[in-house]
Parts: sequence; structure tokens; C-alpha cells
Amino acid sequence: MTATKILTRNFERADSHTLAAYRETGGYAAWQKAETLEPAAITEEVKQSNLRGLGGAGFPTGTKWSFIPKHHAGPVYLVINADEGEPGTFKDRYLLERDPHALIEGMLIAARAIRSATGFVYIRGEYIEPWRRFSAAVKEAYDAGYLGRGFDVVVHRGAGAYICGEETGLISSLEGKKGWPKLKPPFPAIKGAFGAPTIVNNVETICCVPHILTRGAAWFAALGTKTQGGTRMYSVSGRVRRPGVYEASVAITLRALIDDLAGGVTGNGRLKAVVPGGSSAAILRADEIDVTMDVDGLRNAGTMAGSAGVIVMDETVSIPEALMVVARFYAHESCGQCTPCRESTGWIYKMVRRIVEGRGRKDDLDTILDVARRGAGTTICAFYDGAVGPYVSYIEKFRAEFEALIPR
Amino acid sequence: MPKLTINGQAVDVPAGTNLIEAARKIGVEVPHYCYHPALSIAGQCRLCMVDVEKTPRPTIACNTLAADGMAVWTETDRVKETRKSIMEFHLINHPLDCPVCDQAGECGLQIYYMKHGLYDPRMRDEKVHKPKAVPLGAHVILDAERCILCSRCVRFCDEVTGTGELGIFSRGDESEIGLFPGKELANKYSGNVVDICPVGALTDRDFRFAVRVWYLDSATSICPGCARGCNIEVHVNRRRPHHNDGRRVARLKPRFNADVNRWWICDDGRYGFAFVDDTSRLVIPRWSRDGALGDATWEEAIAAVAGALQRFAPDEIGVVASPKMANEDLWALRRILESRGIRRVAFRVPPRTPGDEDTLLIRRDKNPNSLGAELLGLEGDGAAILAAARARQVKCLWVFGHDLLASAWPVTETDAALRALELLIFTGPSANATSERAHFTLPAAAWVEREGTYTNFEGRVQRFRQAVQPLGQALPEWDILGRVLRALGVEAGATRAERWFRELASGVPAFTGLTYQSIGDGGAALSAPPGGGAAGSHLVSGHPPMGPGSRSPLP
Repeated sequence: MTATKILTRNFERADSHTLAAYRETGGYAAWQKAETLEPAAITEEVKQSNLRGLGGAGFPTGTKWSFIPKHHAGPVYLVINADEGEPGTFKDRYLLERDPHALIEGMLIAARAIRSATGFVYIRGEYIEPWRRFSAAVKEAYDAGYLGRGFDVVVHRGAGAYICGEETGLISSLEGKKGWPKLKPPFPAIKGAFGAPTIVNNVETICCVPHILTRGAAWFAALGTKTQGGTRMYSVSGRVRRPGVYEASVAITLRALIDDLAGGVTGNGRLKAVVPGGSSAAILRADEIDVTMDVDGLRNAGTMAGSAGVIVMDETVSIPEALMVVARFYAHESCGQCTPCRESTGWIYKMVRRIVEGRGRKDDLDTILDVARRGAGTTICAFYDGAVGPYVSYIEKFRAEFEALIPR
Repeated sequence: MPKLTINGQAVDVPAGTNLIEAARKIGVEVPHYCYHPALSIAGQCRLCMVDVEKTPRPTIACNTLAADGMAVWTETDRVKETRKSIMEFHLINHPLDCPVCDQAGECGLQIYYMKHGLYDPRMRDEKVHKPKAVPLGAHVILDAERCILCSRCVRFCDEVTGTGELGIFSRGDESEIGLFPGKELANKYSGNVVDICPVGALTDRDFRFAVRVWYLDSATSICPGCARGCNIEVHVNRRRPHHNDGRRVARLKPRFNADVNRWWICDDGRYGFAFVDDTSRLVIPRWSRDGALGDATWEEAIAAVAGALQRFAPDEIGVVASPKMANEDLWALRRILESRGIRRVAFRVPPRTPGDEDTLLIRRDKNPNSLGAELLGLEGDGAAILAAARARQVKCLWVFGHDLLASAWPVTETDAALRALELLIFTGPSANATSERAHFTLPAAAWVEREGTYTNFEGRVQRFRQAVQPLGQALPEWDILGRVLRALGVEAGATRAERWFRELASGVPAFTGLTYQSIGDGGAALSAPPGGGAAGSHLVSGHPPMGPGSRSPLP
């Protein structure tokens, strides 16, 4: 299978980030069309396209939009999650840097669908160049009259916390508070940013929207599987010959992605394991990669599509060491709000580190598995469940490797 | 009114009730740390998990509203397992320093571990270390290692006092409670964060290392610090008197009363009990004359006071009663005034610095029973009484509790008045500049040493109970006054506070129908609302209020 370039079609152009280049390749035509459509018709078109959220959760986008209360008086906000923080994921960065107007056009359309007059783009603090490029594009869009006529865009920079990529953590941060996820209910579509109905969408998700409008829901749906339309951008890293961002159908297999697009495995050349959807996704063994990369395909394989951050490990990679790195990340990034996550991410990291350092105890692995499972599903947000993915899968699938490190 | 079942038992609750409160209504306790009925829902501790029918996994009860037809189970196996897990998470980084922790014995971690934990500890790694013994303000000290980050204190300062001194800083298991830069926990209600802290993270500097809580006895009481009459518990250390340098009252704690103070008390009230065990207490009747002074027996003192009340003409006697006296005391005093026809009476002495006031609890009037004194007909013009003393019209003055020399009245004038007197009698719990000038001092029991009732500014009559024995020979004022009454040859059968109250309730219409029983622990509203002109006017024989310098309106 080869790449299908829709979102990334302009990436080769050096001036792809400019309004001129964007217009030259048909930019803002979708918005022109959308202006003639009723908001409900836009939402319906997106529903029909089977577009699913590409930030991690894979929720159907049109359905999400339809949760905004009808006839709501007062502001409705569109918030773009550009806090791309999932380890192994770097696709939104490319979009912000190389096709910022696609996001602006997508926002204009989405805002019309949900009747929002203000959009916020929350860009992770470490993304300096993406922020510069996107801000410049926003200025161009204002100057050209796309923005400022019924829809405004506010660019907001994060300050370096993974949890601010969780949609309600992001909202808290946007509101000027500590980036703590909020209790649900109420859900953001009912009571989100500043207490107003809010839709939070990922950058890439919104960048799909103009294409759906210009080329039709049926075309978009046909690019993918029965339950998920379109292409998506895979961030491939680790032991592959050509790491980078690849756009392909959501129906591509993991094996094809690694071998055909990313040039195959490096290191000793023999695949050991792959994390298919960012660090929170359960790890797959080398014999488990004949799966399609859509949300349901990977869910059926016991893992998740997540943010499509594909991390490839060859046989020379130590899985316990990889888990230690991942565990350190979750311990460091836990916001500390809910007791199970706050306390056990640190504890599990200490145990894994001890094992890696040769000071493991016989019951450590069972303790980690038990603690992880007991905490799963008990917290406000999905962060801890995201940490449980690697805790459990790394140990279950590579237990012998851990046991070999524990002194007898 | 949603109707639901909890553990199979049907319950009706008002719309908007969460499952913790719904369960509480039928006596089912859902364990929780971060939830507090006065604060916003945080949902952080994750302990209050319950099973709701048709829900795939246990959900937190604090953020789940009761709904019609809902079936809730609080004791399923998976709920119990979840609680056990959450308890383990709460304790893995806890220092387990109960032997040196003031909270031990009333700690949410201890109690819930025994009820819902009882797992075998598995945490053998180094715990996270955080700051210890950090003073947050004058009254509160923090041990961040004991903190379970329930955020109750943070929400209290954000939502109740609106002062916002506290925050949670850092992330993950390094999260800790702390003060925002440049801030100090100095709001007027800071002590409440110690009460609502479910663990030993925030403890009371005044109570720190003073006494183990299991040695404390408790009496229900009313704070005498202002006209609000906050409901409190007096915690006393009778069993280990050598602890805490012999201080008998260990601490005051707020007692919930939805109509008065809810869960709170102010710091002035909480820490306002130091006088009880202070060396300034009057503990024995004393006389003083021409530089000589000595102890008296109660018999001698009572006889002397009664003699004076008979020797001086009623118009030569002035009485400055106190709004810190209980209703029972004031009634006994009124009986004396009536029996002798004494009409120069007052109870208000203006403070030199006006009291502070806020919209939460604190009242400008720093007396617990001004309304009671007013209803009992003791309103009068204190300054006029002193003026009469200076003019040598009043020759005998009986002062209850006040320090007239520390009032807003000009000191030189007060001093001249006291100097002009032939006899100054002082009754009160503590010595002051006025008592130093008295010819007789009659020691009164402090409020924690006796029982009685106060009428708060809203017309709520509330009982306070005895927590400790009176210091030395001090007696409740109603007892002192009853003895005087008998020495005057008047029949005074009441030898208990309750009897005085019964007499008062039949004599003062506003109190009609009230009994100690009906007042109970929650207090009871007066039958006539305060502020209505009729409340006290029956006692003044229809006289209109009189101008300055006029005589007391008492009949």
C-alpha cells in the first residue's frame, strides 16, 4: 500500500504555509461552500463522512458537534487541541507548520456548524515554530477577511504539561487555571470553556473537514473502513529506516506502514514490538502487526489507534527499560488530582526502575499488574487508563524479559 | 423529589441531592474524603464509589445526583474492593506517623483503613518526601507528607472565605498544598481548615502536642464571642490534667447548626477561651476597704451585698448588668431589681474599639446575649448611671463583668464616678481594672463551667452545658444572685439553671413555651420575633424609651 496524500498534499512546497500557496491549491473553497450551507447540513455531512477524532479517543466528530444544545443563547466555543504531547506523536506539528490555513479553514467550517463565534487554538508550549507559523497564518486570514467577520481565533500557548492535552484539562488551562481535568458530567459540549458549550477537536481532525466539504462525505468515507473514513497521519519513530510522518488510509496495516512507508526495521533488522498509537496504547508483539490502523481494527487487537504515533522496537530494545521510560513519563505527567493516578504512577515507576536496576523483588511484577488494574477506570480522566495500557501489556507480553532481571 | 433505592431501601430526596447525602438520609455512610457538603464537588479522592444499576463500573457518589428510579448499591463486592484499593493508594506515601500525630484518634485514614482498608501493605519503596511542620499562619501548621490532597482546605479558602490563600502546587505524587507567594493563612476563619482536613496534614498550632484526643471529653456549648452564638463543642482534658500544663479546656470545635453557623466558627471564637484557665480568673470572694483586702466566705459576701442593697435607697443603687450573662442570670438579677425597686440599670457598655463584622458569621456586637438582656428589660443608660455616681446620687454600683475603665466612655469620667462611690460591687469571671477598684468581688463561673442559655441576635435561644467545674469558689451568676435574693428575704426556689429558665419562660412572653428540652442542642426561636417593638416593652410598663440621663425604664 502507498501513501494517499490529502492532508499532506502541499507539504513538499516550501511556501505551503502561506495563504497564497493554500489558495493556489484550492484553499478556502470549502469555506465558500460551507457559507451557503445550514449549520445542521455541515454537521450531517461530517457525520456521513465517518470522520473520527484523530487526537486519541477516536470519537465520531459529527456526533460530537451535535451534542451542542440546540437554541443555546450565549457563546459557544470551538477549541482546537494543538497540545500534541502523546509520546511518539508529531503530526499536528507538521500541519501547523506546513498547512496552517487548512486548520483555519476547517475551524471556520466547524464554527459555522456549531454556531461558534470564537475559536481557541491551544498550542503546546514547546511548539515554537508551529506557533509562529500558525500565528502568521491567522494574521493573513484576518487581513484577507476570512477571520474577523463573525469568527475570531485566539491562539493560546500551553506551558508544558501532557495533561493539558486532555480536553477538560486543556479547558481548565485555557481558563487560566491549573490544567486539571474536570469532572464529567457536565461534558464540555454542555458546559465547557468559561462555562459555555464547547467542542474540543484535534488539529488533524479539523484539517480533514474542508476536504469532506469539497469532495463529499461519501468520497471521504470510502477512503477508510466501514466505521472510520479518511486517511490519517502516522508518526513513525524508533527503529525504522525512514522515521517521519506518513499519510495513508486508516485501513492500512501496521506491517505495511512499517515496511512499505517507513522503510522497514533497523537495529538488528528484526522486529520485536510496536506501540501503534502513542505511548498510551498497549504494545504489540512482532507477530501481532497484521492489523488495520483504524480505531476499531486496533481496538479489536487489544490496543488502540490513539494518536497514531507508531513506535517501532527491534530485538535489541530492552522492553523493561522502555517501560521504565514510559512509567517515568506518566509519573512525571500525572496531574495529581485523583488519588489512584497520583499515587500509583510514582509507585509503579519506582518498582519498574528497581527491576531495571537489578533490585527487583519476586512479587513486583504481580504487584504492578494488580495495582495498575485496580486503579484503572477509577479516575476523572483517561490519563491513568492510558498509563495502564503500557504497564500491563509490556509486562504481560514480555514477562520473561522482566523476570530475567529480577535476582533469584 | 426523586425516589430511588439504596441497598434496596427506598428513599425520597430533594432534586439535586447527590448519592452521599441520599445515603446519609437513611443512615448509610458512603466513605469519602474530598466531598464536603459546604464545598464544591471535587471528585478527587475517588473513595466514594458506589454501584449504580446499569452502570458498567462503580461511580463516585459525590458527583452523581439521585434520580428517579435509580438503584444504588453501596456494599457490593466490587465497591468494597475498589474502596480497599483507593485506601491503599491514599496510604502508600503516607508517613504512618500516627504516634506523633495530633490527628490520631480522629483521623479519616485510621478510621477508614480499619473499616474499608485492611489490606496487607505492599509499598516497600522510599516514600515521597515533602515539607513538614510548615506554619501556614498564626493558627495552622502543615505536614505535607500526611496530606491526601483532597483540596478541602483550598476550596474552603476559595469558596467560603473567598481569600484564596491556598493552592495545590507541583504535579503527580509531588503535589502539595501550600500558600501562594506572599500569602499567609490569616483569614478570620483559618482554624476551620483544621476541622475539615480529614487527616493530620493541617493541625492546630494551639492544640499541637497538647493532649491525645482520646483523653478529651466533650460538652455541647455556644460560643460567647459575639451575638451570632455559633454552636460549638468544648473539648476538655479532665482525665490527664498533667497534660497541656494543666489547661482544662483543650480546644473549641464548631458544631453543625444549619440555622446559625453551619460548620464553621471564626478564629476569635475558636481561640477565645484562654481566659478560662488564666491567672486573671477570680476564684474567691474578696473584700477591699481603705487599702486593706482579704478573702471572704460566700456567706459573708452575700450578706454584705444583700445588706448594701437594703442599706442604700433604691435610687442610690446602680446596676450595670452584662450582655455576657445568660438569660437565667439576668432573670435572677431582674428579680432582685424588682424586689428592691432598683431602676437605675443598664447592660450595654460601648467598647473602646468598635467590633468587626462580616457577612459570614462575625457580628459587631461581641456579646452573646444582648437580645436576651434587652428582652428581659435591662435596657438603660449606663453613662447616665455613671453621671449619677459622679453627682453622688448613685452611691452603690454593682458591675457585672465589664471593665468600665476600658470602655468608650471617657476614662477620667468613669474614674471619677468609681471614686465617688461609697460601694462598688463586682461580679464576673475575671479580674480587670474595674474589679480592682471594687469593695467586693464575687467570682463568677466561666461559661464552660456552668450551664445556661443565650439569645442570639436573631432571637434564637440556645443552651450551653457545663464542661468543667468552676475554678476555685466561683459560682454561676444565677446562683450568686439567687443567694442574694434569699438573703433579701425573697423566696427564690430555683437552685438549678433549668428552674430559673422555667421561671423566666413563664414571666417573659417572648420566651413563652420554651423549655430546656424544647431548646435541645439545636436551639429554638423565640415565640416573638426580635426587633418587634413588643418584645421587651411589656417590662417597661409602657414607658417610652427615655433620653440620656433619664432613669432606667424598668418598672
